[in-house]
Amino acid sequence: MSNNFKGIAASNGVAIAKAYLLVDPDLSFTKTTITDVTAEQARVDDASKAASADVKIIKSRAEKNLGADEAQVFEAHLMVLSDPEMSGAFNQKIADDKVNAEQAVKEVTDMYIGMFEAMTDNAYMQERAADIRDVTKRILSHLLNVALPNPALIDEEVVLVSKDLTPSDTSQLDRQFVKGILTDLGGRTAHASIMARTLEIPAVVGSEVATQTITAGVTVIVDGLTGDVIVDPDAETLATYQQKAADYLAQRAEWALLKDQQSVSADGKNFVLGANIGSPKDMDAVLENGSEGVGLYRTEFLYMESDHLPTEDEQFEAYKAVVEKMAGKPVTVRTMDIGGDKNLSYWKLPEEENPFLGYRAIRISLDQTEIFRTQLRALLRASAYGNLWIMFPMIATLGEFRAAKKVYLEERAKLEEAGVSMGEIKLGIMIEIPAAAVLADKFAKEVDFFSIGTNDLIGYTMAADRGNDKVAYLYQPYNPSILRLINNVIAAAHNEGKFVAMCGEMAGDPIAVPVLMGMGLDEFSMSAPSVLQTRSLMKKLDTVDMKSLAEKALDAETNEEVIALVEAATK
Amino acid sequence: MTQSKDFHIVAETGIHARPATLLVQAASKFTSDVTLSYQGKDVNLKSIMGVMSLGVGQGADVTIKTDGDDEAAAMTAIVEAMETEGLAE
Repeated sequence: MSNNFKGIAASNGVAIAKAYLLVDPDLSFTKTTITDVTAEQARVDDASKAASADVKIIKSRAEKNLGADEAQVFEAHLMVLSDPEMSGAFNQKIADDKVNAEQAVKEVTDMYIGMFEAMTDNAYMQERAADIRDVTKRILSHLLNVALPNPALIDEEVVLVSKDLTPSDTSQLDRQFVKGILTDLGGRTAHASIMARTLEIPAVVGSEVATQTITAGVTVIVDGLTGDVIVDPDAETLATYQQKAADYLAQRAEWALLKDQQSVSADGKNFVLGANIGSPKDMDAVLENGSEGVGLYRTEFLYMESDHLPTEDEQFEAYKAVVEKMAGKPVTVRTMDIGGDKNLSYWKLPEEENPFLGYRAIRISLDQTEIFRTQLRALLRASAYGNLWIMFPMIATLGEFRAAKKVYLEERAKLEEAGVSMGEIKLGIMIEIPAAAVLADKFAKEVDFFSIGTNDLIGYTMAADRGNDKVAYLYQPYNPSILRLINNVIAAAHNEGKFVAMCGEMAGDPIAVPVLMGMGLDEFSMSAPSVLQTRSLMKKLDTVDMKSLAEKALDAETNEEVIALVEAATK
Repeated sequence: MTQSKDFHIVAETGIHARPATLLVQAASKFTSDVTLSYQGKDVNLKSIMGVMSLGVGQGADVTIKTDGDDEAAAMTAIVEAMETEGLAE
């Protein structure tokens, strides 16, 4: 029992299964001289074929989960594996130099990788070098007869254990087999955590020691409610957690009954519970969880998951699909938020010392107006099919909002002239830069709505990167400084009769929700699986009590004090 | 009789990404040898690595040769792939 540890609870639920270690195996080998050239050449051939078989499985999983476009990269891997020039070079190397297959594969692929990496003016070719690296690892793993793990190759129930999960890893996960996720790195807002919540897989992240402590195949309990991890449990512990897992599922079933109900407080005040999405593929979860709107549609994924700037028609189809599925319920679309940590493979943004304080989001849109205009036209056209709102990210000044609105009105006028039918569109801004939060009363006179993006607002207010472990303690959503900014924004909006939403992590956080209800926030938008839980919580809370809680919280001194106040008020 | 045809590449991204994949796939369907020549270098058009290593960009002039039993059909398929992808004129 000494191997138990604790991480950050990142996705609710309890998972009990065998550990599947998603870590790079040791692929080192020694160069040897061989005599049987034919046998060695056959080894390379067999390994390449086995590698192709792996990639085919990975590709079909990617097609199923992500669609044919996303699976293209694996088609490229397959072509590399069956490349006649490359296999010819392997055979030549073995015949000429009498080296073992491993050495031949390494020398030949290194040559190609070096050639592609040298094309520094071409980001695409540099990425192909990464493809060859991937393929090489897979051939070597078969030559050395060690397993090279890949989430797509999992075919039994497991807890996935890894240092971190990349978007390409999570896209390969099969909910049927991956029962839990456990990582060394990351926090609640890391990509792996967000994906785990979307897929409703219990997860503990940031455990620091998981990959060193756990060996493949051992039974692991991942408690995504508390962050506890238990390795190789005894019978009694196992029984306790099996009960806990069942209890959680029962609670989920109870929440499910709230699916078609409104979001109402104990004293009958209505709120809107929305969901955040990244693509039309997320709509199933939005509808299954009874969301009353899409409070944040992150359009940057359209740009990031493509190999070119998405065309007006490509964007139009995506936006139309979402508004149609919501059938008249509001869909708030955030215009392109590229930059910061979100980059495009096909369009290199200038290197910056401080990308989070640099050229990103609306700053790019107002500079590269053709890209912006394309997106606005697609949105305007899609607005005819439902209830579409548009918001601009990273607005710091009124001048920026006015400039963005001007471009919007110009495109709207052009389409009107062309006789294109469009819906009424509400135009708002994200509040994520403290400057805009402080000046919210002025903004409120000109915008139709606000949406508070708490992840960045907290980061910029505390001047701390939530991804940096050393300063992660500064990520304090309940710090009265943050609460005062939020309260200022809500009050300023309501003073002008405007609508205020929140689309950051805080909107679905059970500690923050009572305080935000007390402040009178109109819409809470969160990852879809949190919607019903929040609706259930709201039903238990009285807004008059929450108003006095909010007043106390705004007058508190520390993050911890606010947590204590909320816990006392919601007991 | 070898077939030979010159192409002027007009695609903004040149011959890489998707277009390269499609050309290689088109060429690989035939038994004939298919060669892509650019700036004095010849590569096997059935080899994705070979094609990409040439770094053929927009505005490049390339020559494609097909040689073998099905050389005419191979050339037709390649011309068609070039056209559907808007790669060359």
